[in-house]
Amino acid sequence: MTLVVKNLHAKVKESGEEILKGVDLTVPTGEVHAIMGPNGNGKSTLVSTIMGYPAYEVTAGSVTFDGEDVLNKSVTERARMGMFLGMQYPAEIPGVKNVDFIRQAMNATQPDGKPVPVMQFLQELNEAKELLQMPDDITDRYLNVGFSGGEKKRNEVLQMMMLKPKLAILDEIDSGLDIDALRIVANGINHMRTPQFSALLITHYERLLEYVKPDRVLVMVDGRVVQSGGPELADELEEGGYAKFEQLRKDGVHE
Amino acid sequence: MSQEEDKKAIQKFSQEHYEYGFHDDVQPIFSTGIGLTEDTVREISRRKNEPQWMLDIRLNAYHQYLKMKLPDFGPDLSKLDLSQLRYFQRPTDHVARSWADVPEEMKTTFEKMGVPEAERQYLAGATAQYESEVVYANLKRDLSRHGIIFMDTDTAVQKYPEIVKKYFATLVHPDDNIFAALNTAVWSGGTFIYVPKGVHADEPLQSFFRINAENTGQFERTLIVVDEDASVNYVEGCTAPVYSEDSLHAAVVEVFVKPRGFCRYTTIQNWSPNVYSLETKRAVADENAVMEWVDGNLGSKVTMKYPSVYLRGRGAKGTMLSIAFANGKVVDQDTGARMIHQAPDTSSTIISKSLCRAGGVCDYRGEVKMDENAHGSSSHVECDTIIMDDDSSSDTIPLNKVAVGDVAMEHEAKVSKVSEEELYYLMSRGLSEEAATKMIVMGFIEPFTKQLPMEYAVELNRLIDFQMEGSVG
Repeated sequence: MTLVVKNLHAKVKESGEEILKGVDLTVPTGEVHAIMGPNGNGKSTLVSTIMGYPAYEVTAGSVTFDGEDVLNKSVTERARMGMFLGMQYPAEIPGVKNVDFIRQAMNATQPDGKPVPVMQFLQELNEAKELLQMPDDITDRYLNVGFSGGEKKRNEVLQMMMLKPKLAILDEIDSGLDIDALRIVANGINHMRTPQFSALLITHYERLLEYVKPDRVLVMVDGRVVQSGGPELADELEEGGYAKFEQLRKDGVHE
Repeated sequence: MSQEEDKKAIQKFSQEHYEYGFHDDVQPIFSTGIGLTEDTVREISRRKNEPQWMLDIRLNAYHQYLKMKLPDFGPDLSKLDLSQLRYFQRPTDHVARSWADVPEEMKTTFEKMGVPEAERQYLAGATAQYESEVVYANLKRDLSRHGIIFMDTDTAVQKYPEIVKKYFATLVHPDDNIFAALNTAVWSGGTFIYVPKGVHADEPLQSFFRINAENTGQFERTLIVVDEDASVNYVEGCTAPVYSEDSLHAAVVEVFVKPRGFCRYTTIQNWSPNVYSLETKRAVADENAVMEWVDGNLGSKVTMKYPSVYLRGRGAKGTMLSIAFANGKVVDQDTGARMIHQAPDTSSTIISKSLCRAGGVCDYRGEVKMDENAHGSSSHVECDTIIMDDDSSSDTIPLNKVAVGDVAMEHEAKVSKVSEEELYYLMSRGLSEEAATKMIVMGFIEPFTKQLPMEYAVELNRLIDFQMEGSVG
């Protein structure tokens, strides 16, 4: 279940502005990769495009998952292939109970198409909530409505744990979390790690990566991956900041 | 899961009991024929063996009716020919059509909603009469132990003339509007409820199993009196589509809530698309009394309905919670509410939710009035609409009249499409676009459905679920 992105170009449909200018990356099965980089360089656009967010349009390049073309598939189909995007700003859905939503989503993504038995569902839900130290009533509330920033992030991780995707893409899952919450969320991600699970983490800060050790770290600037390395790259960035990349951006990264 | 079980239990129960309650007696067929004259009115009253005072009320209303005109606002009523209607017929002479003639669409809807077999024939117009006397009688016995009177209005005129006479047509006067006048002249059927002082009707009162020939008709007249410190929760109607031969349904409802009393009146209507549903529903709330309207309108050709509460005692409260679903080109839902604040410290809330799709029209028409005695009163109005496609439309027409300074009024209105962000979010978790759309729509009307008795909520969800099928992609 390898994710391969090749020379991906994408623009904002409405304005025509090009955001992704040739992204290349590969996340092999079982690995966790982190994409770092300053704000406004296309990290979120990249993961939204991979998931199929309708506001972006792919103009060139390819995305495949397990060898299958992803770009000609609907958002629904991508999810059912085993892809999951933990969003930076998850939508609020009034009147829909969190628990009902999770149940329906879980049933919709079962490989054999069979609904999960209720007792099993509830047991898994309770275990996941406990691990994420979420209040019991969080699943009785309307989906994300009135959730604090931290609750929304945890709820994204909760959904990930329940849906058990093959590939989890987590977009700034650490933003706005205090250190305790960060540890809990990291714990949830680590809980998922198996040789069959891969993840792509988007983050500004190296701190998350102290708790979730990545196999690779990529730096994205001006719509492209400009550097990649092992986990030590994150430490370098922590020390040196993004200054040298800002210069790259000003000069343009075109070869 | 538990909802499913409940529903099954209810179905099983009702099917078992229907077997005993089913009547198919042939009654003498009687109809006053087409059109309306003073003689028609006299004939109706005579057939019902009514006392002179009721005949007088009818005749007075009839003469009032002759002087009145159709409303000059709202949906087009020009196709409604009042001279071509049949104004009175015994329930049994409703022309039954054969089950084979019932449109396939309607049959499928019953199937998908899980409407009990026995009810389907009646709802589809394929059975003329339908009652559940045995169960109904048990219910009546329970109620009468507490002194609660619950019967059809015709019977109440005979059995409790003093109560009916005291309240009938005192809240909705015949000169209020042409359909109120018409109803008062030719009314038949409807529900009468009286709850004595301090008595709380614990269980919701409903036209048991929702359908009962005695309670239904073209010109229903409902009268509810909740005495001091008493409470009642009345539920009428049906989520399933109801076939009607009659093109006009002009009901009148009057509700009197005495000091510290409580009344909730829940209606769900889903008429077939040939029906004009033009209703006058009005309540008066005395000191610290509470009146709640819960009103769902799903079908019909044209619905005009603006339930009102006259808040005439200090501290009285009125609320209106409604949904309107206009699904299809022929459907025009013109609904809303009126809150008339006539005493200090009164409060009102109107929450109106509308959905339109496939060319349907949903308009909110509401009025909040604070008269010179309404010091310290407050009102909150919220109108929310989802327009599902470009063929459908919606308007919000609020009217506020304020005669005093120290009152608070809020009005929020929101018209939107199903949000792309929300759809994307749900789909990114594996839901199909259709399932995601349904989920958003169900969530939108959830504040309404959660107020309904279980079996109604389950059916309403199924109905909307079903009607949304094929609505995307």
